[in-house]
Formats: sequence, structure tokens, C-alpha cells
Amino acid sequence: MSKAPARAARAFGRFWWDLAIGDTPELFVATLVVVGASFALRHVRIAAVIVLPLLVAAILGASAWRGRRRPVDGDP
Amino acid sequence: MSTSSTVVLILAVFGASTVEMVEALTIVVAVGVSRGWRSAIEGSLVALAVLGALVGLVGPPLVHYVPLDALRVVVGALLLTLGLSWLRKAILRASGNKALHDEDAIFEQKTRELREAGTGTGRDGIGFTVAFKGVFLEGIEVVLIVVGLGVSQHRLGLAATTAGVAAVLVAGVGALVARQLSEVPENTIKTGVGIMLTSFGLFWVGEGSGVHWPGADLAIPVLVGVFAGVTALAVAALRSVAPPEVVGGPGGPGPGAQASAASEVTDP
Repeated sequence: MSKAPARAARAFGRFWWDLAIGDTPELFVATLVVVGASFALRHVRIAAVIVLPLLVAAILGASAWRGRRRPVDGDP
Repeated sequence: MSTSSTVVLILAVFGASTVEMVEALTIVVAVGVSRGWRSAIEGSLVALAVLGALVGLVGPPLVHYVPLDALRVVVGALLLTLGLSWLRKAILRASGNKALHDEDAIFEQKTRELREAGTGTGRDGIGFTVAFKGVFLEGIEVVLIVVGLGVSQHRLGLAATTAGVAAVLVAGVGALVARQLSEVPENTIKTGVGIMLTSFGLFWVGEGSGVHWPGADLAIPVLVGVFAGVTALAVAALRSVAPPEVVGGPGGPGPGAQASAASEVTDP
């Protein structure tokens, strides 16, 4: 592969990596879990409409909690 | 397609375009001030034309040739990932756990870099390239949102027009206020857009996989309400556990969060 197309392919791949995964790979994995849960529960109407929003809310809360600042040693 | 989902689509696209274009405008104004307005405007216009062409090239074939349910699952998953990512960042910023996006700091840094880059003769390639990249890279996320939401709801024209109107408005306001971009309530807009993208994303993942939402499209504003409540709770909870030097009072993050502002300059 010549240089320009290889560079473009790398840039394209890097763009999608940053967009979908970046520094929060847990959100990418969690989205796949939501998609899987959605297919698994598609015939259970009430379960789906309750479970899916709760699942997304839990994912958001957990990811934000993981990203919080923690006090360093010696802080009050 | 119900009125409520159309309104949410317009708000989501308009908000996303506004936030991204404000970030792009910071770079364009920095180029204009330090390298000259001709290269800044030319670079921006070419980038906008390329972004518009991308919407035109990618959108219609997706509508016509990809099965709708498969498209909705893929687009829904993409919107959900984007929405959660925006929302997570907005929650951390609102709760004082992450420095706010500082357009003034970005402007100062970009202007300094461009002045140090030196000048050549003839057309200013550096100014053109920096303006083009700024608008293109910020705009590509808007293209994804426009194509995603537009294609899923068969409202590609409406979504593209909304994004275009937002870009023109931001450019117009930017021309007037130039360096007061830091006064745009960026994190608030980003929170709203994150909530809407997450709601749309989950809705379309469900629709595409065969889930029947009660009230069909009316479920979207309900999901928006649910995620707005979750966001408010998450901000309150994280604010209460943030280290004291980070929270810095009800007005926003304190010195601890500001200390990391330098690392935020390149963080969207």
C-alpha cells in the first residue's frame, strides 16, 4: 500500500476508534450489552421498556462514578 | 413520525451543531486573528462544503439500500455511545470532577501556536489547513448525528437544514462577539444534547430489535425525562463526593478542576 492511502486508512481507523471507544471503552462494551439485551427481551414488552432504560441509567451512573476525581493521600 | 420526536430531533441536531461549531469557531477566530481572515474563511468554507457533501453522499444510499431495522440498530448503538459519552463528560464537568471546556484558554493557545509558526509568501497554507481541520473535525461528529437521526426518522433533509441553520447562526453570532465564546453555556447545551442522543439511541436500538415502545414515538420525550432525572441525580451524587478543593462552591468547579484546564484544551 502506498503512503497516502495507508495514512488515510490509519486516520479513518483512528477516528472511529476515538469516537466509539476512546478513553471510555466501558461505554462501548455497555452499548453492545444494551443491544444484546434489547434483542433478548424484544418479546417481553414491559420488561424491555423498564429494563433497557434502567440498564442505560446504571451504565451512565457507573461510568461517571468511575471517572470521578479521587482525593489524593494527605487530603482532608 | 410524531411532532414530539420531530421536536426532539431538531433540538438534538441544533444543540449538537451549536456546541461543535462554537468549538470550531474558536479555532477559526484564532486563525483569523493570527494568520489573516482570508485563509480562515476559505478553510472554513471548504470544510463546510466537504461536510455537506458527506451528508449528501452517505445519507441517501443508507436510506435506500440498507434494511431499516438493521440501520436503526446500528445508528441507535452509535447514537447511544455518543450520547453516553457526551453525558458522562457533562456530568463530570457539572459536578466539578472535570475542568470545564475553556474556549478562552483554547483561543490563547491556538493563537500563540499559529503566531510562532511563522509566515510565508503568497497564500497562507498553515492558516487554511488549521481552519479547515478545525471545522472539519468538529463538524464530522455533527455529520454522524445528522445522518444518524435523519436516516432513522426519514428526516434527513430536516436534520441537515437544522444543522446548517445552527452553523450559520453560530458564524453570525461569532462574527459579532468574536472572542466572547467562553460565555456560551457549552456544558449545559452538551448535557441537553447528550440526554437527547442517549434517548434517541436507546429508542432506535429498541425499535430496530423489535421492542414495541408504549405510545410509539411518544416514548422519546419520556426517555428524555428519565435520563434528565438520572443526570441530575448523578451530578448531585458526584458533587457530594468530589474532593473539597475540586467542587469549589455551587457556581462551578474550583481550583482543583481548573488546575487540569491545560489538559482540557484539546479535549472536546
